[in-house]
Amino acid sequence: MSPSVPNEPVLAVDGLSIGFQNRHGLLPAVRELSFSVKSGEMLAIVGESGCGKSLTALALLGLIPPPGRVTGGTVRLEGRDLLALDEAALRRVRGARIAMIFQEPMTALNPVLTVGEQIMEAILEHETVSRKAARERTLALLERVRIPDPERRFAEYPHRLSGGMRQRVMIAMALAGAPAVLVADEPTTALDVTIQAQILSLIDELRREQGTAVVFITHDLGVVSRYVDRVLVMYAGRKVEERDTRDLFADPLHPYTRGLIAAQPRAGAGAAGAVRERLAEIPGTVPALAAMPAGCAFAPRCPLADARCAQAVPPPRRAGSGLVACHHAGETHAL
Amino acid sequence: MALPETVSLPPARANFRDTTVGRLLRRPSALLGLILLAGILAMAAFADIAFTGDPLDMAGMPLLRPGEDAAFPLGTDMMGRDLASGIFHGARVSLLIGGVAALVSLVIGIGIGALSGYYGGRIDRALMRVTELFQTIPPFLFTLALVAILQPSIATITAAIGITSWSGLARLVRAEVLRLRNSELAQASIILGASDARIIVRHILPNALAPVIVSASILVATAILTESSLSFLGLGDPNVVSWGGMVGAGRETIRTDPHVAAIPGVAIVIAVLALNLLGDGLNDVLSSKGERR
Repeated sequence: MSPSVPNEPVLAVDGLSIGFQNRHGLLPAVRELSFSVKSGEMLAIVGESGCGKSLTALALLGLIPPPGRVTGGTVRLEGRDLLALDEAALRRVRGARIAMIFQEPMTALNPVLTVGEQIMEAILEHETVSRKAARERTLALLERVRIPDPERRFAEYPHRLSGGMRQRVMIAMALAGAPAVLVADEPTTALDVTIQAQILSLIDELRREQGTAVVFITHDLGVVSRYVDRVLVMYAGRKVEERDTRDLFADPLHPYTRGLIAAQPRAGAGAAGAVRERLAEIPGTVPALAAMPAGCAFAPRCPLADARCAQAVPPPRRAGSGLVACHHAGETHAL
Repeated sequence: MALPETVSLPPARANFRDTTVGRLLRRPSALLGLILLAGILAMAAFADIAFTGDPLDMAGMPLLRPGEDAAFPLGTDMMGRDLASGIFHGARVSLLIGGVAALVSLVIGIGIGALSGYYGGRIDRALMRVTELFQTIPPFLFTLALVAILQPSIATITAAIGITSWSGLARLVRAEVLRLRNSELAQASIILGASDARIIVRHILPNALAPVIVSASILVATAILTESSLSFLGLGDPNVVSWGGMVGAGRETIRTDPHVAAIPGVAIVIAVLALNLLGDGLNDVLSSKGERR
């Protein structure tokens, strides 16, 4: 493990812009995104489908699917700019210093190899240890992700495991290289609610035990609110608000964040009351990449929008524990 | 922490009935194919023990009918060569050439298909043009030309068949690799920092194997047929007995003594049929297994 200075971010993204090149020009998908995470910290990136959050996750590992490309900014992992590294250097970083887990563990696991072989492979990829040592480490990893009876699971093929078990195996593989940063791209979306909570608390425990920084990508604000330290809300490729979790839920400053929180179904809501409450929604959809408004991208859907919003992109401003990018930040109480 | 999801599963060792081989054996046509193939393999294995002499030597009266002389159960040809001995020793040549030629073709086809599908772009275009070039030349004529130039021997015939029969396989492998290359499986390996070679060999090819195994059995059958055709035309290895060559030799007496050409002909039919039945069975078993997952 490389020495990490306390309170120094392990991962620092600065001004990251990603675009898709097509015949008509460059369509920006992620714009001037900046954030950082420290060791042991868990940051959630929240947004609707198409807001650029998964693309950001891939960029953190230097994997932008063509025809997409990074058009600006830096991704610094332990001080090194990943976007400047060549393929061979990136390969040494991936899995070893930064790893990722996915939404669907079944499609990401190799059906013809046993669980144990796959985790061993992840270890042997980055270190020259004997197969016996790798096997020992694999069993320890299986235990660490709370898989009961690791000896037996080691020889099991992925299709014989439940969804939650597979996600645990994926996490074990991701942890094989003891990475400084773990990127989790909707790792619980394909799981049912009780398993979701177990996987989340597992990730939470692991980052506390090992000091791994976690970037948690999700569209579900409610799922992560109990575990993450900070929340970054993205809308149409931009960061619209970034706050400590408690502050964000107590007092959302951006009208979009407020809409997201209001759109959470609440248990018991309307059940006892006489009037059955309709779940709040945000009207409209995210604008298409090719048809971005000139001003604030959220303006067409925003109840507070005025002429200024239609003309100028709101710059991020400091607000308490974080940042917000809205001309009307703080006026959401009027809603 | 409570783990309600950890339902205890039965032991990992699956029932034999559920393995690929087990399910193959329960298909009558595949089972028949396997039995026939095992019979041919046994003939090849015991040829030297069952028939000690050179099968190309004159052994008895010429043109004995099957059953006419107990020493020659399948009769003799116009040179007095024992047909049964020829069938046994010919099985060796057919299986050897069929197997090795298919292996050559598999190595070339998988290699080109995997590189082409994985790397795409310029490498793909170059390799696919070469593949198309091979596909446009009729394979039998191509093999014939190669053997004629190289002088017929077991080695040259095997090489020629292998070199001319990989193109379809290369396209098949390319398509499978292309599919798997963009899967989350490959992406997960990239994210874990795996090298290209490891991703191809450990993660992509094993998952692309089912259609390759099926076409391998057909490749062996085709190679046996091609070798027989070459021998029939007189382009076989003159120093070994071969089924195709025996059919060719029996041509002259086909009106008076049809058994001389018919018996090796039946041997070829059985060998090719066995491999095709096996290929069909494998196709059913392996593809339904894919769906079950």
